[in-house]
Amino acid sequence: MSIDSTLLKSEEKVILKLRGLYRKYGYTHFKMSKFEEYDLYATNKEFLVSDSVITFTDTSGKLMALKPDVTLSIVKNSADGAGLVNRFYYNENVYRISDKTHHYKEIMQTGLECIGDLTPYHFCEVVRLAAMSLGAISEGSVLNVSHLGVISAALDGQEFGVGRGELLSCIENKNTGGVRALCQQYDIGPARTAFLEALTAAYGEPKEVLATLRAKTKEKKILAALEEFESILALCGRVEGVRLSVDFSLVSDMNYYNGLTFRGYVQGVPTSVLRGGQYDKLMEKMGKTSRAIGFAVYLDLLDRLEKKSDYDVDVLLLVSESTPTDAILKETEALIAKGKTVSVQTKMPEKLRYKQAITLGKESL
Amino acid sequence: MGQMLQIALPKGRLGEKVFKMFAAAGFDCPEALEDTRKLIFENPEAGVCFFWVKPSDVAIYVERGAADVGVVGKDILMEYKPELFELLDLEVGKCRLAVAGKKGFYDSTEHTLRVATKFPSVTMEYYAKKCRDIDIIKLNGSIELAPILGLSDVILDIVETGKTLLENDLEPFETVAEVSARLVANRSAFQFKNEEIQKLLEGLKAQVEAKR
Repeated sequence: MSIDSTLLKSEEKVILKLRGLYRKYGYTHFKMSKFEEYDLYATNKEFLVSDSVITFTDTSGKLMALKPDVTLSIVKNSADGAGLVNRFYYNENVYRISDKTHHYKEIMQTGLECIGDLTPYHFCEVVRLAAMSLGAISEGSVLNVSHLGVISAALDGQEFGVGRGELLSCIENKNTGGVRALCQQYDIGPARTAFLEALTAAYGEPKEVLATLRAKTKEKKILAALEEFESILALCGRVEGVRLSVDFSLVSDMNYYNGLTFRGYVQGVPTSVLRGGQYDKLMEKMGKTSRAIGFAVYLDLLDRLEKKSDYDVDVLLLVSESTPTDAILKETEALIAKGKTVSVQTKMPEKLRYKQAITLGKESL
Repeated sequence: MGQMLQIALPKGRLGEKVFKMFAAAGFDCPEALEDTRKLIFENPEAGVCFFWVKPSDVAIYVERGAADVGVVGKDILMEYKPELFELLDLEVGKCRLAVAGKKGFYDSTEHTLRVATKFPSVTMEYYAKKCRDIDIIKLNGSIELAPILGLSDVILDIVETGKTLLENDLEPFETVAEVSARLVANRSAFQFKNEEIQKLLEGLKAQVEAKR
């Protein structure tokens, strides 16, 4: 049976496209159970987006949790080894507390994880797949890329003390004035202050942005980090229909990520729909020697892209109790054969939106 | 001009003041200041669409993408921490968030401090840094009444000139944060309307710097 794609919702279409895309690059499906032992999340709380987890005791007395995160489960089950690279994709629901409503929310995610003895090729492959995932959702999307090594180098040796969190928050909000004020408060030199301000405001085409930043510093560590970032981006090249931008505001997940981080936006959705990056720290915490990079696409947000239909059905077929069943069936099948959707009713429904109403025997528009 | 920029401005005097700054930056819409019941004002030639909303709602409109950019007080940003880009301090609507109480109030650490405020998150964060045990009393207006009637020991509120406090025998003790109006942008709009937003930002920045 062939599938009528017009019946699929935006997120269902995207899932199909992404599955095909990830399989092409050798990623295998990782199907996980709905529940995970709570202990996994309790010992790795710093790597969770929200630290509240829905728990319950199972029949054997074990404390279990509804998954708030997919990556931890995949990492737990991945194998280390020289030259070994695990490639998984998933399509799962996770349960998290919404920052805005403070209530639990079911979030549908699809994504991939590339774990193992990674080379620059693997990083490039995942960044490109992130861009291609956005391209599969919508033309003209944007993938913002950052490198936390550049941020770390820019903050290295600077005594921000308790102000470090505040400074990162200013960088995240592109608040250059806030960065300047904090640098003054913590006696940071004018050259480093100017660089941090430029880093905060930086946005746009990779070559241009990185050249501007390079011109603003003489610090060897920062220059080396910028060079490393530029070399990865140069390897990534272009992906049709997706604009790659450098943006250092992606610092909110510094607990989770190191190295490359990225976020994807599609027109019509007010928040990022794709988030990912390199997470070697988590691997280390879980006793693994491998490196890892991955991303998740937040499918629930794609609901905003759905075109709202003006009608629930094409035809409202009104029949009376005395209408013979075989006549109703015949008329219904005939309409469906013409490609119409039909709702048979004995009474005019109050809320049904229809293009055409047909009373069996009569016809009206 | 590229795409139409949707701008949410706070109703009231501050909104009118920043509207003039937007107009001077090339994003004008003369109709927006007319006394009318219209809610949305468009100027397709300038590529701009303005709407006036309750000051505390501007951040919600921008965060949720109904507006691309807006102007919000730093107090609101500190309280609700919306996921936005805070692009510029417009240096207007200056005031401060301060702790105030009855003149001569002595803060005894033997007791839990009762704080009345419209800003519970800011209050909690401020006193957590001081390791002070507090009881937050969330009010929606006339905060100054709370210490006078014994509802709270102190208040944490916006102080402009301090005149209202003085007239009610209250005084500010500590400044929590300096507050002013900020230009904010939706993070997704920043990607897709970057050229327009950068043009607005530069136009506003030039005015702020010229006034210093």
